[in-house]
Amino acid sequence: MLGAGDDGSGGRVPECDRVGEREWVRKMDIWFSQMDTENVKTSVRVDKQLYSVQSDYQRIDVFQSQEFGKMIVLDGEIIFSEADEFIYNEMIVHVPMAVHPHVKNVLIIGGGDGGVARICTQYPEIESIDVVEQDEIFVEVSREFFPETAKGFDDARVKITNMDGLRFLRRCVGKYDLIINDTTDPFGYAEGLFTREFYGSCYRALKEDGIMVYQHGSPFYDEDEAAFRAMHRKVFRSFPISRVYQASIPTCPAGYWMFGFASKKYHPLNDLDESRWKNRNLKTWYYTTNLHRGAFMLPKYVEDLLEEEESKGNER
Amino acid sequence: MDLNEQKSAPICEALEYIKRQRLVPFDVPGHKRGRGNPELVQLLGQQCVGLDVNSMKPLDNLGHPVSVIRRAEELTADAFGAAHAFLMVNGTTSSVQTMIWSVCKAGDKILLPRNVHKSVINALVLCGAIPVYVEVQVNPQIGIALGVELEQVRRSMDENPDAVAIIVNNPTYYGVCSNLEGIVALAHERGIKVLADEAHGTHLYFGEDLPVSGIAAGVDMAAVSMHKSGGSLTQSSILLCGETMDEEYVRQIINLTQTTSASYLLLSSLDISRRNLALRGRESFEKVKHMAEYARNEINEIGGYYAYGKELIDGDSVYDFDVTKLSIYTQGIGLTGIEVYDLLRDEYDIQIEFGDIGNILAYISIGDRIRDIERLVGALEDIKRLYEKDSNALYCGQFIQPELAMTPQQAFYADKRRIPLSQTAGKISAELVMCYPPGIPILTPGERITEEIIAYIRYAKEKGCSVQGTMDPAAEFLNVIA
Repeated sequence: MLGAGDDGSGGRVPECDRVGEREWVRKMDIWFSQMDTENVKTSVRVDKQLYSVQSDYQRIDVFQSQEFGKMIVLDGEIIFSEADEFIYNEMIVHVPMAVHPHVKNVLIIGGGDGGVARICTQYPEIESIDVVEQDEIFVEVSREFFPETAKGFDDARVKITNMDGLRFLRRCVGKYDLIINDTTDPFGYAEGLFTREFYGSCYRALKEDGIMVYQHGSPFYDEDEAAFRAMHRKVFRSFPISRVYQASIPTCPAGYWMFGFASKKYHPLNDLDESRWKNRNLKTWYYTTNLHRGAFMLPKYVEDLLEEEESKGNER
Repeated sequence: MDLNEQKSAPICEALEYIKRQRLVPFDVPGHKRGRGNPELVQLLGQQCVGLDVNSMKPLDNLGHPVSVIRRAEELTADAFGAAHAFLMVNGTTSSVQTMIWSVCKAGDKILLPRNVHKSVINALVLCGAIPVYVEVQVNPQIGIALGVELEQVRRSMDENPDAVAIIVNNPTYYGVCSNLEGIVALAHERGIKVLADEAHGTHLYFGEDLPVSGIAAGVDMAAVSMHKSGGSLTQSSILLCGETMDEEYVRQIINLTQTTSASYLLLSSLDISRRNLALRGRESFEKVKHMAEYARNEINEIGGYYAYGKELIDGDSVYDFDVTKLSIYTQGIGLTGIEVYDLLRDEYDIQIEFGDIGNILAYISIGDRIRDIERLVGALEDIKRLYEKDSNALYCGQFIQPELAMTPQQAFYADKRRIPLSQTAGKISAELVMCYPPGIPILTPGERITEEIIAYIRYAKEKGCSVQGTMDPAAEFLNVIA
């Protein structure tokens, strides 16, 4: 995780306080490395570490960097950076919102940084946004260091509950139009949110035309492939419509990230209403309705993975 | 218990010492700290394989302990409040067998409830003692065998004044406890030894507000599965004795069947686990109790399932209930326990301890986390949503108590013939038949087979239970007395 490279400076104390100057930062040469696999890492030079805490669920670190601005890191994985958070947040909210004609109630599982909730608040027809984030400390850290993002929480429609996602869902039947699973790590404390029981609970919690979108991870590296496959297999068997779409996100492993679109009724392309969405005149940096169509056009190797899992699903 | 003394772990310390000595091994095991078997090292790790060493002077010898193993056994006895303790490496099966062989010989009568583990019956096959079954009641709603009632015990003892011992499950797999102190009082008045099968009761010695442990109730011997709720490695176990037993005689009995190459991986795991239990057991089992209680409430809220607890207590056949057990009756959603067990593993990647005709048991222990409990509860709810059936069509797993026509030993060694299961009604079984898990026999050698028992075996197989114990792997044929 946090480590100093060896550039010969030996970590000497500088003669005078010149914090923030490039020269000095170069001498310090602190790098944060995210281990994408055992043998591949993504490294970002860090100006300074702003915060570090071990919550009941995970280790949370906040770093200041040059290209990515402030970054929040959970258990060694970059969850969010100021520079590229817009890609992720726009893609996970605008895609289902451009398909579903009348979303009133939204549930966000995870989402402790507030970024997804903030995009949701741009839609006036949404009446309630429930955020279920187990880790209270994560919410506090986000509010402190990312006030711009976390201001999504200040909207009167947003209600935060600190509870396990599965537990929250058990008490919901036919309640939501849209569920967004905003947790990332299928092997961390939120692993219960990548299971068949989770997808089944989401199905039950959705109205009869509801949509669930979720993080589908990255299929590129072999060690992520099994989780990617398992996720699609489980969702494919839980929902009548199950499609996958993609985005290019620099801080994700291989810079490549997938999302899942699971739906009881609406098809992500056939039911896309471009003019309705364009008439909203929402300001975006990544999402367009053209990109929406393109995002569902997948590379051959990804299509093959998905089809293989679907045929397994049919064998039952 | 001397907490300061309990901080030491003599076997582990001796192993650390040996490691630092860097001895050149010209003894077994032949893999020589793993060098001769690199694939094994890759699988288990250098640390683990490096500790797989043989008995030698600094490490003592389990068959005849004089130094570190003896010290570890003394500490174990102190931690469990027993007069003597034996570290066991042949499973709790060997602890149970040693208890029986220590108190009875061929022709002796031994009292026992029919829902004992198969290791008890097998011990009787080998030693030739005669089982006398104390009748057990069955809860008609959930179909599980309960504890033994004190009056039944008294009647059995009155009818068999020559009985030498009684075996009691403390608790049963499902968590049911009998009035152990009452049974001890009745037995000791008559000079009968009391043996507690505590394969599912290690935590009773350390947790608070749990049913009484065997040694605290005054039993003569107790077989304790440290590897279940105690946290040690699979196959390691502990045998406890009260003041009434001769330690050295019991050791002779152990050495009749015990390996002479005891694994130090197992022994060190017993040593460390004993230390953990002594120092931190109370708080650990508080957490386990809390998790099991939470799961029970959440599961009962789903509806259809029944996760039972202390409300079963009736002061007799359920004298007490072990709340760390999470036993769940599943027929309320129209599925047998074994069907839910299979669904949990195949569809939800959740492995539970066992499923029988009417129930499942999820084993909750010091290694569990509340987030895993959420998964289990979530999966049970999803199973109800997707697979619920009409529950009237189900056969409730009534516990059948068969008639004993010969002793297990006579039947096992008698001339026998192999016939199809369907033709066995009225015959005497020469072998043991059980579903595993839980490993409680449906038939034991010497019992008369009835149509009811055949129907039960067929039903269990049809529902996907693994029927074991018979020479025929498929259990389509049974060996009966010729």
